[in-house]
Amino acid sequence: MLISCGDKSKSTDNSSKESTSEEATKTEAVDPSTYDPNRGLGKFTTVDLGDKLDVAMAKKGEEIQTVKCSSCHKLTDEKLVGPGWKGVTSRHKPEWIMNFITNPDPMIDKDPKLQAQLEICLMRMPNQSLSDDDARHVLEYMRQNDGVK
Amino acid sequence: MKNKFLKGTLALALVAAFFSSCKPKDSNDVVSGDAAQKAYVAPGKYDEFYNFVSGGFSGQVSVYGLPSGRLLRVIPVFSADPQSGYGYNEETKPMLNTSNGFVPWDDQHHTELSQTNGEVDGRWLFANANNTPRIARVDLKTFTTKEIIELPNSAGNHSSPFITENTEYVVAGTRFSVPPDNVNGDVPINTYKQNFKGYLSFVKVGKEGEMDIAFQIAAPGVNFDLSHAGKGKSHGWFFFSCYNTEQANTLLEVNASQKDKDFIMAVNWKKAEEYIKAGKGKKVATKYVHNIYDEKTHTAKSETRNEVLVLDSKDFKDICYMIPCPKSPHGCDVDPTGEYIVGSGKLAALIPVFSFDKLQNAIKNKQFDGEYDGIPVIKYEAALHGEVQKPGLGPLHTEFDGKGNAYTTFFVSSEVVKWDIKSLKVLDRVPTYYSVGHLCIPGGDSKKPYGKYLIAYNKITKDRYLPTGPELAQSAQIFDISGDKMQLILDFPTIGEPHYAQAAPADLIRNNGQLKIYKIEENKHPYVTKGEKESKIVREGNKVHVYMTSIRSHFAPDNIEGIKLGDEVYFHVTNLEQDWDIPHGFAIKGADNGELLIMPGETCTLKWIPKKTGIFPFYCTDFCSALHQEMQGYARVSPAGSSVPLTFSIGTNLPAAK
Repeated sequence: MLISCGDKSKSTDNSSKESTSEEATKTEAVDPSTYDPNRGLGKFTTVDLGDKLDVAMAKKGEEIQTVKCSSCHKLTDEKLVGPGWKGVTSRHKPEWIMNFITNPDPMIDKDPKLQAQLEICLMRMPNQSLSDDDARHVLEYMRQNDGVK
Repeated sequence: MKNKFLKGTLALALVAAFFSSCKPKDSNDVVSGDAAQKAYVAPGKYDEFYNFVSGGFSGQVSVYGLPSGRLLRVIPVFSADPQSGYGYNEETKPMLNTSNGFVPWDDQHHTELSQTNGEVDGRWLFANANNTPRIARVDLKTFTTKEIIELPNSAGNHSSPFITENTEYVVAGTRFSVPPDNVNGDVPINTYKQNFKGYLSFVKVGKEGEMDIAFQIAAPGVNFDLSHAGKGKSHGWFFFSCYNTEQANTLLEVNASQKDKDFIMAVNWKKAEEYIKAGKGKKVATKYVHNIYDEKTHTAKSETRNEVLVLDSKDFKDICYMIPCPKSPHGCDVDPTGEYIVGSGKLAALIPVFSFDKLQNAIKNKQFDGEYDGIPVIKYEAALHGEVQKPGLGPLHTEFDGKGNAYTTFFVSSEVVKWDIKSLKVLDRVPTYYSVGHLCIPGGDSKKPYGKYLIAYNKITKDRYLPTGPELAQSAQIFDISGDKMQLILDFPTIGEPHYAQAAPADLIRNNGQLKIYKIEENKHPYVTKGEKESKIVREGNKVHVYMTSIRSHFAPDNIEGIKLGDEVYFHVTNLEQDWDIPHGFAIKGADNGELLIMPGETCTLKWIPKKTGIFPFYCTDFCSALHQEMQGYARVSPAGSSVPLTFSIGTNLPAAK
């Protein structure tokens, strides 16, 4: 036991610090009954959106979208690999979007809407290693795409 | 030859039986009740140590977990590797370039972990190529080969790559003495004594690990076999075992075993460094290459160098000293305190242990026994701490547990023997299966060994595993050495023939900034495609560059037309994934150049020269998702001079052409 367990607690700590939130979140699983389908699962609890579009942020979000998102998502409502982005900001709360795009795997395991979506797309959204700022910028770009001015 | 060897082994097995039966030990019950438990690491649990094992004639390094013996990875170093595309893709081909051109195979013998203050630090692993002399540096953040430097004036890079206690230098001694590169080597072989020289290379290691040959020492023409750096009090010195001081050039089995004693050459490298700084080195013409893989561009470059600095050992009487060592010495190991230097004669039935303090006194008091080819020979007794009497037959290598004990392998009597460094008394012995060469204790050649496990690397495994034709896997055996008695807890087959190996605590390696992905933002590959919108095809004369992306589960573009016979097509594939452990593959029908395996955020290039017209499918070779099988595309090749325009598409669902 000692051989393998001696540093196991440490190993979990270490991996959770880095991008594999997957392992950590899975092992310290949230009780499904406490899962909040509005907020999702992840570090974001409240996201303050301005009334108006932050153009600079949306611009940065567009750059990220080009590199990391456009392979699978169209800006229209047409499904490519994943669902089209049109209307996403009205279908989901900003916290949910931020949590999902930074922490996709654990949320796919929990969220009823995502599980339904998975049956259509048959593809789990890859973690594209977005930073907190990246995620916020992408959200702003989604808002722009949904007509916020 | 082989038969003779096997007969020999049988006879030796008897010798081993004799040895073990006349000692008070229980070698029969080598595996006791709780052995399996000690090696068991439950599924999902991590091992305690990484073990970096040389791949011998596979040219690669394999990484095992300890104590489970699970194979974690094979790192391609000196051989092209179909699994990763190393040596096949355009980015890594330059890594296998040498002054003899592209060499896709070599013989990899020793591994050495970088050290700081004499302790393993988990930054890099150095590896030697024996046949076309080279040293490689593997970065342990990525477990990939980052640099390879060729060694001029050398042949059979065997006493290599051993390092000083702060990784100041990696050394490499030549196994075969040969005429130096800058003279006409077209000489009769029996002019060995006049024309052949042994060169020792001192390769400087920079802050980022970058290597550079600082200088070479021209030494007498003998066979330099193994080496280890001094440490602690003997920091500043290097010790090389050498055989064939007879300077024979044929049938060395007989002719290099004439003398009762050969030498361990002690080299004061700090002194040599002073002479180099004082401008005493001579620039000598030669040709060698230096290959560096750039992490930002994901691309290797190969540069040719044309000269090297040389110090001739004859001209400087206070750099090199010969210590007589019985019977064709092989191993040359320095204990954690730096005081004791253990020599091991392949043909000896004792182990001589030398004292660094005594060596210093002998030098000070000029206790010499003449010279060998211009180098002072120390009186044997003057440097000797003592001899381990009747330890076994054919001592090869010694590692240390940090508790005052040494462990020596015996090739001929197939056993590992534990003995006390100070009293030289034999404490314990265990049999191995069979013909053990090197051994490894994690940190066992450093100032701070982790004396918990010992791994023996065996040359022969007859009857150990299920037969697999005429050839059997070599093997490694793990012993628990935490108690007074060594206990065999596991054996496992290895890749190639394992020579030396090193091991380090797992945490040290995996918490040292290990990379899980290449950040796409930081990808500076000249042919990177950052996002599908940038994917394109560019024709430059007869060269066609395809800027392609891959992500679960498609390539962009996936329909390519307008390639013509006579074109050279370069598929530059960027993996857009930013998720750990999601490589994508790329293969196209008829390519004679292996395939690609592209890590998340990386760009790799496959060069393809179509040989006929037609439709050529390409696909992803590494399972990536439920729709992995759908990750595919087509390239169309038209005749030379055809008017088919260069087009590419993805998802346009063009109406069916007529």
